[in-house]
Amino acid sequence: MSKCCHSVDLDIPPESKKIVLAGNPNSGKSVLFNALTGMYVDVSNYPGTTLEISYGKYSDDTVIIDTPGVYGISSFNDEERIARDIILDADIVINIVNALHLERDLFLTQQIIDTGLPVVVALNMMDEAERQGLKIDVELLSSMLGVKVIPTVAVEKKGLEELKNNIFNATPGKPTPGIEEKIKEMELQTASRGETLLILEGDPIVAQRNQVPPGDMQEEIYLKRRQRVNAIVDKVVKFTKEKSDFKERLSSLMIRPLTGIPIFLLAMWIMYEVIGVFIAQTVVEITEETIMQGYYEPFITGLLSKWITVDSATWHILAGEFGLFTMPVIYLLGLLMPLVVGFYLLLSIFEDSGYLPRVAVLADRVLTNIGLNGRAVIPIILGFGCVTMATIVTRILGSDRERRIAIFLLGLTIPCSAQLGVIAGMLAGLGPQYVILYVIIIFSILASVGTLLNAALPGKSTDLFIDVPPLRLPRVDNVLKKTATKSLHFLVEAAPLFALGALIISVSQVTGFLVLIQDLIKPITVGWLGLPKEAATALIMGIVRRDFGAAGLMSLPLNKIQTLVALVTITLFVPCIASIMMLFKERSNKEGLIMWLSSLVIAFLVGGIVSKLSKLANEYLPIYYPIAAFFIALILFSWAISYFKNKLDQYKENLEGVGK
Amino acid sequence: MTLDKAKRGQILKILNIPDAKIKAQAIRFGISEGEMVVCSEVIPLGPIIIRKNNQEIALGRNLAKQITVISN
Repeated sequence: MSKCCHSVDLDIPPESKKIVLAGNPNSGKSVLFNALTGMYVDVSNYPGTTLEISYGKYSDDTVIIDTPGVYGISSFNDEERIARDIILDADIVINIVNALHLERDLFLTQQIIDTGLPVVVALNMMDEAERQGLKIDVELLSSMLGVKVIPTVAVEKKGLEELKNNIFNATPGKPTPGIEEKIKEMELQTASRGETLLILEGDPIVAQRNQVPPGDMQEEIYLKRRQRVNAIVDKVVKFTKEKSDFKERLSSLMIRPLTGIPIFLLAMWIMYEVIGVFIAQTVVEITEETIMQGYYEPFITGLLSKWITVDSATWHILAGEFGLFTMPVIYLLGLLMPLVVGFYLLLSIFEDSGYLPRVAVLADRVLTNIGLNGRAVIPIILGFGCVTMATIVTRILGSDRERRIAIFLLGLTIPCSAQLGVIAGMLAGLGPQYVILYVIIIFSILASVGTLLNAALPGKSTDLFIDVPPLRLPRVDNVLKKTATKSLHFLVEAAPLFALGALIISVSQVTGFLVLIQDLIKPITVGWLGLPKEAATALIMGIVRRDFGAAGLMSLPLNKIQTLVALVTITLFVPCIASIMMLFKERSNKEGLIMWLSSLVIAFLVGGIVSKLSKLANEYLPIYYPIAAFFIALILFSWAISYFKNKLDQYKENLEGVGK
Repeated sequence: MTLDKAKRGQILKILNIPDAKIKAQAIRFGISEGEMVVCSEVIPLGPIIIRKNNQEIALGRNLAKQITVISN
């Protein structure tokens, strides 16, 4: 902890000068950070949060610290709280401003200037602003703000030398009129000027740290600041060109459901062709079979056999079927990594082109039914790649309630890419009716469980409230950099969990625990699901690797109904062991356990219902009717419950209103 | 009227945003009370998109229901 009162807890020598990078989301901050720090970057988890902060050496006695992208500093969410603490602790702030969005971005600039810290502004994406017909008077902007403004194009490293030469010329700028007096009036001995400002703005945490009540001037100060920013923008920005008609047209086509849904389906189809066909088949064949199983596995088993007796217990744990040096390494690098890279690549393209926020707008309507908002499309799409990865990404959601719903639904209903391939193959063999039936069943569980959770959980989910940036062609270098950073991040975060998972499984196997469980659940598989007793093995294998589970079913002699029951059960059945570990890591142990047990119960319950419903079929009633009818009724039933719950809540609220 | 009743292309003046937190965030995006905005898109039963200059903001329908506007 640093000397003063902030909870900035990074491993930085206390005598170092701290240069802090601050800016709005998507302002090009991370590109600039990498350009300024070079290779020596540390990443650490910010205390008490799941957010990571990067920092690196700028010179011998100076560090550069990155902050999460925010629109302002306050206590609205984790990102803001962290950005606030790091900025308040800075010696110099480099504020990156997106030239395309001066009106929005300068609010943060002015807020940082109001804290009294020395600031230098990097006016980024100048090339794009010019292309869009925006003319910005940089000198006037600089004199109005009272700080240096350096035009940059971070991705092309343009303006970076000039920025570096001017970092130490950073000066405090001109504060919002009227604020100076308010800060002087407060006369707080303990708090810095920046802290005093935030206390005036009603920040409860900063106020508490200084043992004073939070101020009530947030709205007043914010409005004054907004007026000042608007006045600056009016003077310095000139539009020289009409906006692109084509982009606007395309944007509304993407958002309106009638055209937006087909465009979304097209995007998903491209995703399937790239990831599901090209990567999952062609690339993985090379990475998993040729490289990992062809070269790595013989190499590592050969190496280990020099010290360990083959087929001993230790051997099984280290180099056996689920051995620590075999299964997680081969699985993670050979199979999962190509898929994860593919997902992040396409997602970065969607993100940088501005398509993703439009999908969020399009999906908002549907997702509010299950207690989520449009932003949740991101983890849901990623879930089809890897549920472990998607679970990490739920951190972007606006409230803990939403994370709880999203994480549970991801583990329960979304089949990951590894499993999806095997499931699709087996379903295709059954015929189109069964494919439709499978989709109806899984969708019905997603919709009804989500709706019921939303009705049952206390509190309210946050509403969609997002910035919709203009559409643009993504830059290749940016997309590649993002993909690399995110994929690496996934690898670092997931690798220990996969290793631990493999360890648990192989120890259970060596000690005979695995066989014990398989015997224990046999009554369920045979009696309730109507499957052969060997299916228990496939289910247990599904915990190790979800595709193992599905693949294990292929070798069993199953009729069409049994195959459907088995595929439904294995989809809903608990996610792979790495996802389970991630679940426990992201949620509390108690909540993790509840979620885990619930998926088990729901999987067996639904599988059994499908099996029993199929018995209703006879020569006049084809099997799909009772099953489809039941699961569609389930959705309607959950909607009805949620509807009455809402009515009841409204009625209660009205009663209270009358009481007052 | 409330923002969820707005029609595409309507020019609106924001009159009241009741929730303090949402109000503060809206001011940061440049959409404060008294500001003129254009309703640029309405998704049936879904979000509403409003525009001010170059800036477009999407608001969920429930949020839009709480915001009072007047059409010009």
